[in-house]
Amino acid sequence: MPALLGKPTMPSDDKRWRIVDATMRRNGYRQSALIETLHTLQETFGFLEEQGLRFVAQSLRIPVSMVYGVATFYNYFTLKPQGEHTCIVCTGTACYIKGAAALLSSIEGRFGINPGETTADMKLSVLTARCFGCCGLAPAAVIDRETAGKLTPSDIMDRLDRRISA
Amino acid sequence: MTTQTSIRVKTLVIDGRDVSAREDQTVLQVAREHNIFIPSLCYLEGLHPVGACRLCMIEVKGIPKLQPACVTRIKEGMEVVTRSERIDKYRKMVVELLFAERNHICAVCVSNGRCDLQNMAKALDIDHVGVPYQYPRLNVDATHVRFMADHNRCILCTRCVRVCDEIEGAHTWDIMARGRDSRVITDLNQPWGESESCTSCGKCVHVCPTGALFEKGKSVAEMVKRRQFLPYLTTMRESW
Amino acid sequence: MTPEELSKIASAQQETLKKYTHRIHVCVAAGCQSSDADKVKDALSAEVKAQGKEKCCLVKGVGCMGLCSAGPLVSVETGNILYQEVKPEDAKDIISSLDGEPVQRLICPTDIPFFSKQKKIVLENFGKIDPETIADYIAVGGYQALFQALTEMDPPEVINEVLKSGLRGRGGAGYPTGLKWSTVAKADSTRKYVVCNADEGDPGAFMDRSVLESDPHRVIEGMAIAAYATGADQGYIYVRAEYPLAIKRLKNAIKQAERQGLLGHNICNTTFNFNIEIRLGAGAFVCGEETALLASIEGKRGAPRPRPPFPAQSGLWGYPTLINNVETFANIPPILRNGGDWLAAIGTEKSKGTKVFALAGQVKNTGLIEVPMGIPLRQIIFEIGGGVPEGRKFKAVQTGGPSGGCIPEQHLDISTDYESLATVGSIMGSGGMIVMDETSDMVDVAKYFMEFCMSESCGKCTPCRAGTAQMHGLLDRICSGQAETRDLALLEELCDMVRNTSLCGLGQTAPNPVLSTLRYFREEYTMKLTDASAKAAAK
Repeated sequence: MPALLGKPTMPSDDKRWRIVDATMRRNGYRQSALIETLHTLQETFGFLEEQGLRFVAQSLRIPVSMVYGVATFYNYFTLKPQGEHTCIVCTGTACYIKGAAALLSSIEGRFGINPGETTADMKLSVLTARCFGCCGLAPAAVIDRETAGKLTPSDIMDRLDRRISA
Repeated sequence: MTTQTSIRVKTLVIDGRDVSAREDQTVLQVAREHNIFIPSLCYLEGLHPVGACRLCMIEVKGIPKLQPACVTRIKEGMEVVTRSERIDKYRKMVVELLFAERNHICAVCVSNGRCDLQNMAKALDIDHVGVPYQYPRLNVDATHVRFMADHNRCILCTRCVRVCDEIEGAHTWDIMARGRDSRVITDLNQPWGESESCTSCGKCVHVCPTGALFEKGKSVAEMVKRRQFLPYLTTMRESW
Repeated sequence: MTPEELSKIASAQQETLKKYTHRIHVCVAAGCQSSDADKVKDALSAEVKAQGKEKCCLVKGVGCMGLCSAGPLVSVETGNILYQEVKPEDAKDIISSLDGEPVQRLICPTDIPFFSKQKKIVLENFGKIDPETIADYIAVGGYQALFQALTEMDPPEVINEVLKSGLRGRGGAGYPTGLKWSTVAKADSTRKYVVCNADEGDPGAFMDRSVLESDPHRVIEGMAIAAYATGADQGYIYVRAEYPLAIKRLKNAIKQAERQGLLGHNICNTTFNFNIEIRLGAGAFVCGEETALLASIEGKRGAPRPRPPFPAQSGLWGYPTLINNVETFANIPPILRNGGDWLAAIGTEKSKGTKVFALAGQVKNTGLIEVPMGIPLRQIIFEIGGGVPEGRKFKAVQTGGPSGGCIPEQHLDISTDYESLATVGSIMGSGGMIVMDETSDMVDVAKYFMEFCMSESCGKCTPCRAGTAQMHGLLDRICSGQAETRDLALLEELCDMVRNTSLCGLGQTAPNPVLSTLRYFREEYTMKLTDASAKAAAK
């Protein structure tokens, strides 16, 4: 069967597909490369969009329903486009004890979005994570890949405002 | 290809009865052969057992934890107890949890009277559901020409997923998300009627234990599921 | 590489380091990094240059120094000085003070119990070596244990040392490591795998992250020894995607080890081959369960499957697979260097060696600690941890994360070991230790953990999928004052059922936080019930 089907063509001439393909090639197009590939897909496109999922499914010869099942099983993957800035609030035990909920409600109060949502102007997405392992600095959040600890609601507002206006 | 290697016979005790069985059999298979009833939902002869519904939990002497009969291989001298006060209690709770998890309204269901979930409730003497109903809002997919999928009646046994993968080879079905958000899906979570991989063979409909998957045009209590094909197909493949 | 070459690298690196009269170590683990440790390090390096001290003064990034709450931490090795909460602006003062008096305002006392009560085996190189330089690891005896195993011992001898050490799995369950190894070693198969479980999912635990960030080669060495002992030639490290720094350092370490011939073909000129690949998790707590982890490495949904067969018989792609966690592997090199008896002499009768804990929550000194097994819990919290801050009262300590329990004041004198923690309704777990004070509402704590288990349940088996949702609903009703006595009774019934019928450890232990808070703080539950009989009972 593989010989008959051949290699699927890239969805478009967007160069990013080559990056995705490179991950699969490095893993010998084995089915076990699925999660690695989804990581690459999300890194290069920002989220897992349908065309990409189909391309990966075809390349690795995995049923599309299985790809979708994997993509939606793991919290790290998102099937929706994310905002320009992301703020991930840690909800691990230490952060919970030290007031992660207050951080989230201050964000909700200010931007009107709950975890998993993006503002209408696509400026900010808010997410939660299970634990960054920065428990010594609880409560913590990661804003655009930068970790910040010992946060108060006003700290996080300042940081978000600075990012968004910048 | 069947390998004609000699399979040994072992003896074990189920509920005080001495029985003998092939060493490659599971406790559930042996119990069924001897007309000892062990309730089950996700198990279906001809599909790979997954040990997921947890209805077939049994006690095995020497093992403190309860074991799922569908995946527990027999052993020489094994002593199995298929019913006890605690097993009965847990089994009832499993069925109650399933009833409360989705919206099972038997009175308007195509499978009323022929439903595995309903049969389990009857067999276990369940007269009410003790846990709060969750009333999730779930949709019904009527996009396929011949079949319908009503997620309100799905118990996530994954029989449809397995039959489509293992027997039909299409792997149209899978499970998306996780935990209580889990749903059976076709292809990229798209309407069943738009699925490119579905062969419309209907195997999933017939192995479905409840009225979640059914034929269009069937009304209350009219959906008869035919599962005879499954053992034949499996045997044929094995002896091919 | 030969053993001689290894010791050549070691002595060369030792010589290089000796050349510097001042060695300044900056913690660059994730905790301090989020307090701008990188900028501090850059400022120090720039200052060294500015003052023209490049020849005599070395600034290097090192692994976690433990006291995360006081970060960024900087130590002046040559003067035994530890500075806390260092800012880039402090660089000038620190560098200028090198030949004189230390900078008093930044000094972090090191004679406090936080440091003196610890015993470091797994963390021995923390704060000392640069995790990004393999020579640094080799200079402190790294990879000697691997060479010793390969050249002086046969696989059964290696396993025997591990058995003798009494080491038990540090991932939580505490299964004897040596037994696991010998099962895999005995399995008859053409292929075998060694897997390192670095999917540290317990919220409130960061031991494994710190080990990977601070001393990655130690884990690689431990895995290579395990592979030699069990007959595997391929290893996987399954690490959480939430740990970008750990992933980066691991990748770097693997590359360095390959370049030096410490991974790959014919390691140490023997017939032993071993390669390691990294596999990224993607945010699923259940993947810490070994069969789910294997499914995830195979690229599938991380749903556990019934055991038996155990991974030691049938694991990755059906081949025998050894799975140990990070801290377990990190214990292996010192066991081989010093002998199994050496580790067995530390700890209690059934729990040998040390345990790394991530101390966090309402405690003065939060951070990473390593203590001998058997130390009283009270010492950890009140001496090492410095007790509860701001004069508030201690209420409970949570160990074992969502699978563990809350231990109240009256049990704080128990010994910290696998069995004792179990007798008070908790577990050792992977090492998260969260201190709670009087402001914590224990029913809300139970609800927090149940919410966790509910959303992390894979959904495969009914009791865990539907049962955790029901239990969470009941806890929510209790918290919001809408529940009656019968709801509490139903909650307890569900706890019993979910614990006894769930497919994997996640479901089987999900009721633990509820059961342990009910055991010690039942009145907090009954006080919230609305019916008259409950009110009467609460009084």
